[in-house]
Amino acid sequence: MITNTSLFILPGAPAALRSYGVPKASGAKRPITFDLKEVNVTPRTKPDRLAWVNHLALIRDQKDRAAFAEVFVHFAPRVKAFLMKSGTSPDMAEEVAQDVMATLWRKAHLFDPTKASVSTWIFTIARNRRIDILRKQRRPEPEDMTWGPVSEPDQVDVLALQQDSAKLSEALADLPHKQKDLIVRAYYGELTHSEIAEATGLPLGTIKSRIRLALNRLRHQMK
Amino acid sequence: MTAPMIDIKHHLTDNLLMAYSAGTLPEGFNLVVATHISFCDECRAHMHEFDAVGGAIMAAEDPIAMSDNSFSATLDLIENSDVLTPFRHISSGSFPTPLQEYVGGDLDAVKWRKVGGGVRQAILKTDKSTSVRLLHIPAGAAVPDHGHRGTELTLVLQGAFSDKTDSFYKGDIEVATEDLNHQPIAEMGEDCICLAATDAPLRFNSLIPRLLQPFLQI
Repeated sequence: MITNTSLFILPGAPAALRSYGVPKASGAKRPITFDLKEVNVTPRTKPDRLAWVNHLALIRDQKDRAAFAEVFVHFAPRVKAFLMKSGTSPDMAEEVAQDVMATLWRKAHLFDPTKASVSTWIFTIARNRRIDILRKQRRPEPEDMTWGPVSEPDQVDVLALQQDSAKLSEALADLPHKQKDLIVRAYYGELTHSEIAEATGLPLGTIKSRIRLALNRLRHQMK
Repeated sequence: MTAPMIDIKHHLTDNLLMAYSAGTLPEGFNLVVATHISFCDECRAHMHEFDAVGGAIMAAEDPIAMSDNSFSATLDLIENSDVLTPFRHISSGSFPTPLQEYVGGDLDAVKWRKVGGGVRQAILKTDKSTSVRLLHIPAGAAVPDHGHRGTELTLVLQGAFSDKTDSFYKGDIEVATEDLNHQPIAEMGEDCICLAATDAPLRFNSLIPRLLQPFLQI
């Protein structure tokens, strides 16, 4: 079965997003059995950030193979490239990239589009797998907040976070070469924490305040 | 660990947060960072922001082709290892979850040992890149005067302490580097419990603690 996922992406981003706010959308069928290998892996035109959020919802709610194939085709080669730049051998990078994509399928229900774009979420999975598999080290995670990703995200927060993530990407790309190089090397694992100079001048203001607002609102709702 | 949040004045530095996000911090520092973030919304937001930087860097990579059978290999992985995501509870005790995972329980599970001057400690097992301990300092008591060869992170879990730089209350973190010599003193009123991690042995400024150093593993 080849599903054209564009059918699921309604004109206008908020409509596409709505599927992530409703864990069990009406009409969403969950196939009991399926052969994952029937999927066509041909690359499609590059969807935008909101479309990727929608893809994750399709993977979570409908085990949608076509959506997964598109995510794989776009992100797996970038995960592999990132790992190789971080000093991982090509074979190991390939293996870890596959593992990261399998984790994405299994943990799609944990993706929270008010806290991360899909590429950020995939980055965190890749980072954690790199530490587990390659460095054989533990990286304790903060305690989860009392509301989990099961709560219906506020669509305004989702939209804003995804837009701010796009702005952050642009701002990073526009940084002077020297500064950008330093940041990238920090993420490739080439710098220790004491070698990372205080990262002043990073264009993080927008996304920071946005996440803070969302956290405040959620915490307020919990009271 | 649920709302309301405590008022935190001393936060993580950008370079610690960036290294935590990049996954390059030593294990013991990861633990202190994760425990602080469990208390601190501001640093949690900061953490998401540094993760977003990592996401932007990864997304901007020039793709490197996956092997021909990579997609079907991934589907096999999915079908053949149906691992359930472990459920991670929210702590209702004194210690946030990441710390409880190292202690093997909450405050009442800590195995304290006396180290002199009324101060007690419990070493937490991590890899060798850092030395991590819980410290119990009686109200009004002092930790011996010391300097640092590397970085020392000290997170207050209960009570408060002061040194020449400032006062540190529950949730506050002090990031001490080579240029700081200090003698932390627990505030009166309540015993102070801290989580401390160092990536190099401390440099004690008087003889007795220096002689004891091998036994204290500090």
